[in-house]
Amino acid sequence: MTNLPAAPSPTRLGLVVDLDACVGCHACATSCKEWNTSGHWGPLTDVNAYEAEQRGVWFNRVFTYEVGGRREDARTTHFPKACLHCENPQCVTVCPTGASYKRAVDGIVLVDVDRCIGCKLCAWACPYGAREFDEDQGVMKKCTLCVDRIYNDNLAMADRAPVCVLTCPTTARHFGDFNDPASNVSRLVRERGGFDLAPELGYRPTSKYLPSRPRRSAPHEASQSGAPGAARDHVGGFLRWVDRALSR
Amino acid sequence: MDPAYSIIVFTTASGAGYGLLVLVSLLAIGGALPATTGLGLAALGGAAALISAGLSSSALHLGRPERALGAFSQWRSSWLAREGVAAVATFAPLGLFGIGWVFFNDVGGFFAWMAAACALLALLTVSCTAMIYASLKPIRQWRNGFVLPAYLALGLYSGSLLLVSLTRIFGVYRPAFALLAVILLGVAWAIKWGYWRHIDATPAQVHVGAVTGLGQLGQVRLLEAPHTEANFVMREMGYAIARAHARKLRVVVHVALFLAPLALLGVVAAGPPIPAQSAALLAVLSAALGVAVERWLFFAEARHVSMLFYDRAG
Repeated sequence: MTNLPAAPSPTRLGLVVDLDACVGCHACATSCKEWNTSGHWGPLTDVNAYEAEQRGVWFNRVFTYEVGGRREDARTTHFPKACLHCENPQCVTVCPTGASYKRAVDGIVLVDVDRCIGCKLCAWACPYGAREFDEDQGVMKKCTLCVDRIYNDNLAMADRAPVCVLTCPTTARHFGDFNDPASNVSRLVRERGGFDLAPELGYRPTSKYLPSRPRRSAPHEASQSGAPGAARDHVGGFLRWVDRALSR
Repeated sequence: MDPAYSIIVFTTASGAGYGLLVLVSLLAIGGALPATTGLGLAALGGAAALISAGLSSSALHLGRPERALGAFSQWRSSWLAREGVAAVATFAPLGLFGIGWVFFNDVGGFFAWMAAACALLALLTVSCTAMIYASLKPIRQWRNGFVLPAYLALGLYSGSLLLVSLTRIFGVYRPAFALLAVILLGVAWAIKWGYWRHIDATPAQVHVGAVTGLGQLGQVRLLEAPHTEANFVMREMGYAIARAHARKLRVVVHVALFLAPLALLGVVAAGPPIPAQSAALLAVLSAALGVAVERWLFFAEARHVSMLFYDRAG
């Protein structure tokens, strides 16, 4: 049934991605690929895997942006992106077969690959580019929030989380229930100003992003305020770096 | 958006087929077409053939066409499922109407009701097709008020050219048919003109800074894409070939779809029988080329929000 659940789900599972902590190592993307290619929703097939023009299904992709242009305080921000398990997912309602659905119990958006006809309309309906077509199997695939891990009785409690969250070496990814105000994800969103991607489109994503924190002090501000390094600006290269490091 | 040839063939062929079906059904009810076996076979058979060819072509677009029957189930929420249901449902009154016209040479009474059902369901099917596109929020070139009227008008207009040609061949042509085609041509032309003005005038919704939420910290630029090779999303949503030639292709549409058929319809209306017959056929061929290019542009000019993450205009 591609109608959305009539009532809000009792739990609302999703992720919080901390853009301040992500170092762009792609460990979340590769561990996701590894778990899911052999898991219940696999395989995540590759075409031309060892040749030019290789292409394949990934649930999670990490973008790297330069923010701030040519300003001195410009920064590099890594930006992992996967399905946001929206409250109002148009990818589900456009599905003609009922293969796409949103779980009434926890809000996870899934594809039943045995019913999918591969019409790709759901991918057109997703503004986040989260769905990827498996051209080998002829069906659409997407992030499952590791639904085959988070309820898996065969795993230790500590391992019952999406594999991207468990893998992240900088704890930039957090998993939890957004309906519970005391959960780690609700707290992070509250305290760090978690935001939705493209809220104006009305998809109401469940997963949130935490913004980069502002820099403590930009270099040009330090020199303007007469900080210790200000008079020695003509020093270049390594010495300049040492000077700045010691001046902090 | 990537213009899939299967979908271009589907929407243009079935659009013309449904347009022809609407017109001949209504004209038959109104007594403007004689209920002869040959005309019925050509008009209804031609419409059914165009619709079937289109529907078969659309199945080629599917990754798993053998499961296509499942696509009728979700009509409560999905325009694609609604389109499938309406398309198949049209065949029932079409078959009964055809039996009346072709075998009994009767288009009155019960068969007139079937003709009315044909017209209604055909309009409904084309509307569902248009709404598949017009309901997609991430594509501003599709989600606007011009798309539904454009699909209806282009379907009826291409059907009217077929009607002129058919009635010429069967010697039951009336000047009103050419007039009808000219009126529908004008309506479709005005809608397409408005559509292009609209998509040119509306600025892009958001840029990479807005869609990532990073824009408040300054200008945002993609430093590294997720992978070195293009992925499904980039290939499906990031088609850019036709965009470079969009202006020229729009001129092709103006000429082949509207201007040339308009001149040829003039010949049909004014000319002696033989050139008029050729002109009617030429108008069909010219419009077929024009509507295929129009549909190609409809896809190629459509930009998808997801491409903004790749710092591309989609």
